[in-house]
Order: sequence, then C-alpha cells, then structure tokens
Amino acid sequence: MEKKLVRCNINGKDVETYLDVRSSLTDMLRNDYRLTSVKKGCEVGECGACNVIIDGECYNSCIYLAVWAEGKHIRTLESLLGPNGELSDIQQAFVDEAAVQCGFCTPGFIMTAVKILESGKEYTREELRKQLSGHLCRCTGYENILNAVEKTMKKRLGKA
Amino acid sequence: MYDFSALYEATSVQNAVELMQAHPSAVLIAGGSDVLIKMREGKLAGAELISIYKLDELREVTMDPDGALRIGPMTSFSHATNSPMLQKYMPVLGESADTAGGPQLRSIGTLGGTICTGVTSADTASTQVAYDAVLEITSVSGIRKLSIHDFYKGPGKVDLQPGELLTAILIPKESYENCFGYYIKYAMRNAMDIATIGCSVNVVLSPDRKTIRRMRIAYGVAGPVPMRARTAEAALNGMPVGEAAIAAIGEEVLKDVNPRTSWRASAEFRKQIISETARRGLKAAIERAGGVF
Ligand SMILES: Cc1cc2nc3c(=O)[nH]c(=O)nc-3n(C[C@H](O)[C@H](O)[C@H](O)COP(=O)(O)OP(=O)(O)OC[C@H]3O[C@@H](n4cnc5c(N)ncnc54)[C@H](O)[C@@H]3O)c2cc1C
Ligand code: FES
Ligand code: FES
Repeated sequence: MEKKLVRCNINGKDVETYLDVRSSLTDMLRNDYRLTSVKKGCEVGECGACNVIIDGECYNSCIYLAVWAEGKHIRTLESLLGPNGELSDIQQAFVDEAAVQCGFCTPGFIMTAVKILESGKEYTREELRKQLSGHLCRCTGYENILNAVEKTMKKRLGKA
Repeated sequence: MYDFSALYEATSVQNAVELMQAHPSAVLIAGGSDVLIKMREGKLAGAELISIYKLDELREVTMDPDGALRIGPMTSFSHATNSPMLQKYMPVLGESADTAGGPQLRSIGTLGGTICTGVTSADTASTQVAYDAVLEITSVSGIRKLSIHDFYKGPGKVDLQPGELLTAILIPKESYENCFGYYIKYAMRNAMDIATIGCSVNVVLSPDRKTIRRMRIAYGVAGPVPMRARTAEAALNGMPVGEAAIAAIGEEVLKDVNPRTSWRASAEFRKQIISETARRGLKAAIERAGGVF
C-alpha cells in the first residue's frame, strides 16, 4: 500500500514518519509513536476513548485519517507528565475523586477536561455535562468524573 | 487501518473536481464522519477515496457582494457555532449544529457533508431548508446553483452528479434579514443521539412587532427528507402575534407532515412532538424577534 510522509508536532515535538495511508490517527499515535494512552474503544466515533487535541480542538482520532495530521499540533495524555513523572492536577483529581475504575475511558476524558480547563472559563455543572458528553464510561457512573473536572476548574480559577 | 484501496488528497477545488472526473467511482470524503463509519461497517470495502479535508478555502463563512452568506461546506459544526458572521446574522444555524453528536463529533462533522448524505435527521439540515439555502455546485464544466429544496431527491438521495462538488451553501439576504430563528431537537438522550424530530422555525415580524409578516418552518424526520410545512406557513403569515397563532401552528403543521413509525418512535408520538415543537419553536422565535405575548 502507498506510503506517505506525515510531519506534525506531537506533544511539543516535531516528528515525521512514513505511513500507510490507510492508517487512522489512532493507529499512527499508538503504533508509530507508542502513545498508548490513546485507546481503541468503539472505533466509530461514539465513545471518546481515542480523543486527542488537534490544534486546540478535541477529535476522536479513530475517525480521523492519519495523513490529515500533516502540519498539525497534536496533544495526547502523555503530554501531561511532569519532568519527574508527576501527575498533573487534573489527573490527580481523577485519582482523588475515584473517577477512575478500569481506566479505559480516562485518557479521553482527561484530554477533554484539559481543553475545558485551558479555556480559563468557569462552567456550570450543566455546561460541564454537555462538554463531557462525547465520552462513555462503563464503570464510574460519571458523577465522580464531573466532580474531578469541576473541582480542578474551581481550583485553577482560585475559587476553591 | 481503513479498508480503502487508494487515497487522493485534493490540493484545491479545481484539483478536487479534476480528481473526481479522473476517478468517477471514487468516494469523496470531507470530515469523514459518515464515510469512515460506513467503511468500518465494511460497506465501502476497497473503495478509492478523494479527500477534500485540507481545502481550508472551503471552511470559511463570508458575505457575498449581494449580501448572501457564503458558508463553506467544510465548515465544521463547532466552527459554525463559533463563527462571528453566523452569530450575528443567523445564530440558529450554529445553535442547531451545537446539538449534533458530542463535542468531538462537532469538530469533524461538516455542514456540507450533513446535507450531501441526504439524511432527514441531520440537525443543521432543517435550518438550511428553513432559510431557503441555495447550493453552489462545482464540476470541471463549471458552476451551477440550485435551491436546497430541489437538492433533496429522497432518503439518502441528493442531486449531485458524478464529478460534482458542493462548494458553497448560500443563505440569501432576504432569508436572514430581520429574521429570527429557533431550533429544537427532540431526542431520547441529551447527547450523542439522533433526532426523533428536529424543528427549525424562523419569523420576520412587522415593524411594530405585532404581526407575523413571514414565518418559515422546517422539520427533520417528519418525512423522508428535511421538509418545509408550507400549509402551516401560509396559514400563519399575516396573523397577529399572540397565543392564537401558537395554537394554530400546532394544528396546521399536521396537515403537512408524514412521519413514520420506527423503533425510535411511533408515528402518533412523532405527530405529538411535531405539534409541540412547532408551538414552542414559534413562540421562542417570536420572542427573539421582540414580539410579546
Ligand atoms: C458518533 C456520531 C454521531 C453523530 N450524531 C449526529 C447528530 O446528532 N446529528 C447529526 O446531524 N449528525 C450526526 N452524525 C452524522 C454526521 O456527523 C454528519 O452526517 C456529518 O455532518 C457528515 O459530514 P462529514 O463531512 O463528516 O461527512 P463525510 O463522511 O465526509 O461525507 C458524507 C457524505 O457527503 C459527501 N460529501 C461531503 N462533502 C461533500 C461536498 N462538499 N460535495 C459533495 N459531496 C460531499 C460524501 O461524499 C459522503 O457521501 C453523527 C455521526 C457520528 C459518527
Ligand atoms: S474509539 Fe474513537 S470514539 Fe470510540
Ligand atoms: S473507568 Fe472504566 S470505562 Fe470509565
């Protein structure tokens, strides 16, 4: 199959690789760059397990052709890791609030949370529900996830 | 890995229509939120793809010299919601886009793709129909324009010939000027669900805001394709703003629609929703236009 050079910036680093053009962005991130926080859940855009940030917007990478990543800035959960392996505040909040059970949905949720938090806006609980509505979780029942995001948002805004 | 046999990436509109002519059986892919799903289901196994994803010139929302809004077909749902031009002149389009799927889907799904599928439930389609959108279609032999009403041919069928690319959705000035719209999506879940009924209403009131000068109403899922309720429109035009008009619309729309029974909802239930969304949508649109009850 035809291969194509794809250059992009992943987690702050300029990278390039020759790809099978049939790859999804999930395939590229997992197989070529070993970014295994990007999960394969449904692979049809329903569950959000494969969610990453591309040029500041959230996308399900399972329904995104890898060749479309050319020239884009992509962020995955791995970018949140501190220099000594520390967790970021939002990851710690997921731990503290028991918002993780099996963990399969967690990286996707957290990348949407990153977008929410970086907007610098304060959202109501209802608005947060809407913003997080592109993710399925089979374990937690969502309440603890909402708590984790809401608390981190308030902390960052100096309101908690 | 997707199961396609070749990928041609268009570098310009001209290049895209040339690729379409050179590869007549290839499938065009815009945001891919239908094509890639079908491919996963095995329905397009081995197809060739022509991608227009990188054609940023098709992602803009601008105004033509004649005042028409020119919406690039690659405008994503979320960009429609955030577009200053649409927020100013036609906020209902971005609001309807904001009800589709979930946030990630709204980054990828496009306004053009959503009508080219010919699907009746598409959330932004009824608003485009309610504003008499004009579609600009480009091929190697030139550009043609047609009304969105003539574009829809039947469920999943639209008037796109091989080699034809939708290059703009035009909203005529007389459609949006002094006009206030409202969209209601009725679905079983609050997110990630297909509309049971989608209802897009818009009104132009008289200068004293006491009379409905022009009312337009379009539905998704009330028939095989997104459709206008013309009998209801004719009955409401000229009526005074008030509860009588609201009651009338709920009755009149039933003369136009033909919903079906499916596992999502019975035809009877859809009729109830059709009346109720008409009443609520008209009331909200009138209030946005400054009318008081
Ligand atoms: C998980 C999920 C949830 C969804 N939920 C909703 C929802 O709630 N509401 C809703 O309305 N939709 C929903 N959709 C449907 C989907 O997002 C829309 O139909 C979408 O807008 C299609 O646009 P696209 O560019 O992604 O399509 P594509 O898959 O790229 O294209 C769709 C079709 O249109 C053709 N096409 C696209 N652009 C052009 C063009 N410029 N010229 C000619 N032909 C063209 C393609 O050839 C193809 O046949 C959902 C989809 C998914 C995967
Ligand atoms: S794996 Fe991509 S949305 Fe489910
Ligand atoms: S923690 Fe198991 S799916 Fe969310």
